[in-house]
Amino acid sequence: MTEPRHIRNFSIVAHIDHGKSTLADRLIQMTGTVSDRDMKEQLLDAMDIERERGITIKANTVRLEYKARDGETYVLNLIDTPGHVDFAYEVSRSMRAVEGSLLVVDASQGVEAQTLANVYQAIDADHEIVPVLNKVDLPAAEPARVREQIEDVIGIDASEAVEISAKTGVGVPEVLEAIVTRLPAPAGDRDAPLKAMLVDSYYDAYLGVVVLTRVMDGVVKKGDRIRMMKTGGLYQIDRLGVFRPAMVDAKDLGPGEIGFLTASIKQVRDTAVGDTITHEKRQCDKALPGFKPSVPVVFCGLFPVDSAEFEDLRDAIEKLQLNDASFSAEMETSAALGFGFRCGFLGLLHLEVIRDRLEREYNIDLITTAPSVIYQVHLRDGEMIELHNPADMPDPATVERIEEPRIKATILVPDEYLGDVLKLCQDRRGVQLDLTYAGSRAMVVYDLPLNEVVFDFYDRLKSVTRGYASFDYQMIGYQEDQLVKMSILVNDEPVDALSTMVHRARAEARGRAMCEKLKQLIPQHMFKIPIQAAIGGRIIARETISALRKDVTAKCYGGDVTRKKKLLEKQKAGKKKMRQFGKVDIPQEAFISALKMDG
Amino acid sequence: MGAEPIEGGFGLYVHWPFCAAKCPYCDFNSHVRAAVDQRRWTRALLAEMSWHAARTPGRRLDSIFFGGGTPSLMDPATVAAVIDAASGHWNLADAAEITLEANPTSVEAGRFAGYARAGVNRLSLGVQALNDPDLNALGRLHSATEARAAFDMARTIFPRISFDLIYARQGQSLAAWEAELDAALGMAADHLSLYQLTIEAGTRFGELHARGRLRGLPDDDLAADMYALTQQRCAAAGLAGYEVSNHARPGAEGRHNLVYWRYGEYVGIGPGAHGRYVRDGQRLASATALHPETWLAATETRGEGLSADDPIPPAEQAEEYLMMALRLAEGASLARHRRLGGAPLSALGDLQAEGLLSRDADRIAVTDRGRPVLNAVLRALLA
Ligand SMILES: Nc1nc2c(ncn2[C@@H]2O[C@H](COP(=O)(O)OP(=O)(O)OP(=O)(O)O)[C@@H](O)[C@H]2O)c(=O)[nH]1
Ligand SMILES: C[S@@+](CC[C@H](N)C(=O)[O-])C[C@H]1O[C@@H](n2cnc3c(N)ncnc32)[C@H](O)[C@@H]1O
Ligand code: SF4
Ligand SMILES: [Mg+2]
Repeated sequence: MTEPRHIRNFSIVAHIDHGKSTLADRLIQMTGTVSDRDMKEQLLDAMDIERERGITIKANTVRLEYKARDGETYVLNLIDTPGHVDFAYEVSRSMRAVEGSLLVVDASQGVEAQTLANVYQAIDADHEIVPVLNKVDLPAAEPARVREQIEDVIGIDASEAVEISAKTGVGVPEVLEAIVTRLPAPAGDRDAPLKAMLVDSYYDAYLGVVVLTRVMDGVVKKGDRIRMMKTGGLYQIDRLGVFRPAMVDAKDLGPGEIGFLTASIKQVRDTAVGDTITHEKRQCDKALPGFKPSVPVVFCGLFPVDSAEFEDLRDAIEKLQLNDASFSAEMETSAALGFGFRCGFLGLLHLEVIRDRLEREYNIDLITTAPSVIYQVHLRDGEMIELHNPADMPDPATVERIEEPRIKATILVPDEYLGDVLKLCQDRRGVQLDLTYAGSRAMVVYDLPLNEVVFDFYDRLKSVTRGYASFDYQMIGYQEDQLVKMSILVNDEPVDALSTMVHRARAEARGRAMCEKLKQLIPQHMFKIPIQAAIGGRIIARETISALRKDVTAKCYGGDVTRKKKLLEKQKAGKKKMRQFGKVDIPQEAFISALKMDG
Repeated sequence: MGAEPIEGGFGLYVHWPFCAAKCPYCDFNSHVRAAVDQRRWTRALLAEMSWHAARTPGRRLDSIFFGGGTPSLMDPATVAAVIDAASGHWNLADAAEITLEANPTSVEAGRFAGYARAGVNRLSLGVQALNDPDLNALGRLHSATEARAAFDMARTIFPRISFDLIYARQGQSLAAWEAELDAALGMAADHLSLYQLTIEAGTRFGELHARGRLRGLPDDDLAADMYALTQQRCAAAGLAGYEVSNHARPGAEGRHNLVYWRYGEYVGIGPGAHGRYVRDGQRLASATALHPETWLAATETRGEGLSADDPIPPAEQAEEYLMMALRLAEGASLARHRRLGGAPLSALGDLQAEGLLSRDADRIAVTDRGRPVLNAVLRALLA
């Protein structure tokens, strides 16, 4: 157990890609926590998907031991956090477990949308903030300008910001000193009853559920019987220790310490993040305030391409949920796609990550249906239903009004692209709330329907600004609008998985675009296939895929049957990636691609 | 020795991989060489033939086909040596069909008589088009006049002649093809091979097409109309389509190609030649090295230039049988399909109901509606 005055706890926060994980690498290395031989880039990004995409998805904790210039040895607990907006929840939760934040800002990029969002969260959490200007090794780095920007835009003192290169290690020793001298030591009473925060939990194939915890008061030891104050669960601690970053057993954990424990907990669901852990016998009197739960905001259907794989999909989802409690899944049946799951995610990247993992780790080909948000449908009889799936839309005659979720979006963009960004937001039914300048960059704040954002807004934003804009959002509540359900009929039959909610004024354009897209996506068949968009019984757009009239190999290659066979095999493999609906084969990617808007 | 007839027939395919120039649409195994040592090639072809002959003893040989490339660049002596060797190895059937593919330039026409003396009794002429601008666009070395002269000459020399045309060419209208087809039918051959131009990856046309630089190709609708017109016109002239792209007076069908389509057996020699024959109860699929010099070197050292020689699993034999036999108007036998190892065809009923396939007791065949979309029918049938 370490004395609190020799402990410093902090999170590393930044906009995506500003170098959090690389800074964590250097801190780990310079404190000798991991030998040079075992070191690799972004050491903490251990998941395949994290390494492939070069981003952090899951927050990670490491305990470092640092001999400071004052001659004393300190325990530093760092939490590396993800930068992407979808995982903002991970960041806010991590911040609750520590007293300070290193705010990393890429000195060649400057302040971005998530820089701002993170600062506000850190201030909310009463954090001491140490600004760190990273990537000063880059020729494009302008630390002086970025310092000014931090003061102007964020309004915090940047005179003592540390200039570093996380890549080369320059300046990192100063970061270590700043952690010790500028961040507060944790408070806490070791003689008080145990009060520890359940920060996170995950499932480990060998250990079962592992709980990440921060002790506020008291001491916890192996063998202790503990109580979860919110869920009421009682457990006996099997194992307890710290992350270096591998799990290392410890005798006990005292106030200010961060570590893990296992206690024969069966499912991640049996734990509630933000819960307070105390002793069974000697309980603390007041629980910690807890976290606001994370709520899925984007929903889509996941169906196996091969309907025989439904049970495999169910298993895979259950296993993955053990590790990621932030995505939800409920069984769903679709006339078009059969059995599957309606899943909820924190955002589109989260959706992609989960889908990727299901496909790769469990080897299931999936059809993903159009993402949707939760609509609040108010019926004439006074009832309100939450609509997760446009296919479930009740008869419009019974509906009084529909409300949709709206967000406050903050976009930072260089001046020259401002016009394009305003147009994009306007096209997506946005209402401008604010427009200010910070040097040559504009900061625009828009009130936008979430529905218009979840799908391809971020891609469009990146493309119209050539990647120079950054974006962050928060939910702000529900608002009524003229929303209707648009159905798509393929060969005169409605395909429920292609239904979407659209704004009445934009329905026709949307319907036309979808029919045109589907015409490209669905291969020709032996018969002609009408594709129609409809609102209620009214057809608002129509396209026709003409019948296949010619598909035959003309020549004969002197008895070379193999060549023909290969062609046929290729075609058959292509057909496997399709789902039959009525008499029509629809390729799996059509369900998402049909919605992508090019303009 | 008793001659043993083989189900579907038994043939010998000889591949001659050389051409005077490479046509921009062609993806056959053809190569341009300044000079070819014909004696050396003759020895190698004979060596590979005897290698296969040792594995297929005592059979009746129903046909020989010299394909290419351009076999009309072979010395008549080379052709003679191959035919003589073949009749030594197998029992050449009395009515054996011996076909040679010829390009209709005047130079080549000069060798026709020599081929006939060597034993060739059927000539297949690569006429391709009946007007000069189109022949030019196809990169052909002959003119329309030359082609007609070669054809007229061939008639006086060979008992049976066929010629090839490529249609659905750049800028070709339905009316233009109709006129050209009528002219072709007027030449009174008893066999015609009429191929729609296929744009193949890896050819010059393929490259142009990928870059959007090959203009005036007919769209699928026009191509389908051209195909339908071709079927009608030929049938009306007494040359019914007996295969997807082949038309003949009854009895004048190409017997060698029928061996492929009836899933008979054949030995293939020369670079890039394929074979299918049964040995020790196993049906084997053989293929040889594509590159001429690679094949030659291999054959000179090992006696064969094989790149593959593998047993075909029964289910695949059944699949291959359908793929080939359904190209024919006579269609396929369900009993044979089953005997080869085929599983029941579950899509049969649907395809019949859709009017794409017809069934008469044991035989199934694509209908006039099904033939132009045969690949789609096969996809459904073999899914
Ligand atoms: N030149 C230079 N590149 C750096 C420096 N620090 C980080 N990078 C690079 O910046 C990219 C992003 O670095 P990460 O450490 O993964 O960034 P991150 O903030 O953890 O990213 P997320 O976790 O996805 O939000 C990587 O390619 C790093 O190599 C630096 O000091 N100089
Ligand atoms: C083995 S090839 C060539 C024989 C001979 N060398 C010739 O060119 O006349 C047989 C026939 O296939 C046809 N053919 C070749 N390539 C083709 C293509 N890309 N599309 C359609 N038909 C083709 C031609 O009609 C050709 O006569
Ligand atoms: S079409 Fe005939 S002549 Fe032209 S390259 Fe091909 S094989 Fe040779
Ligand atoms: Mg990271």
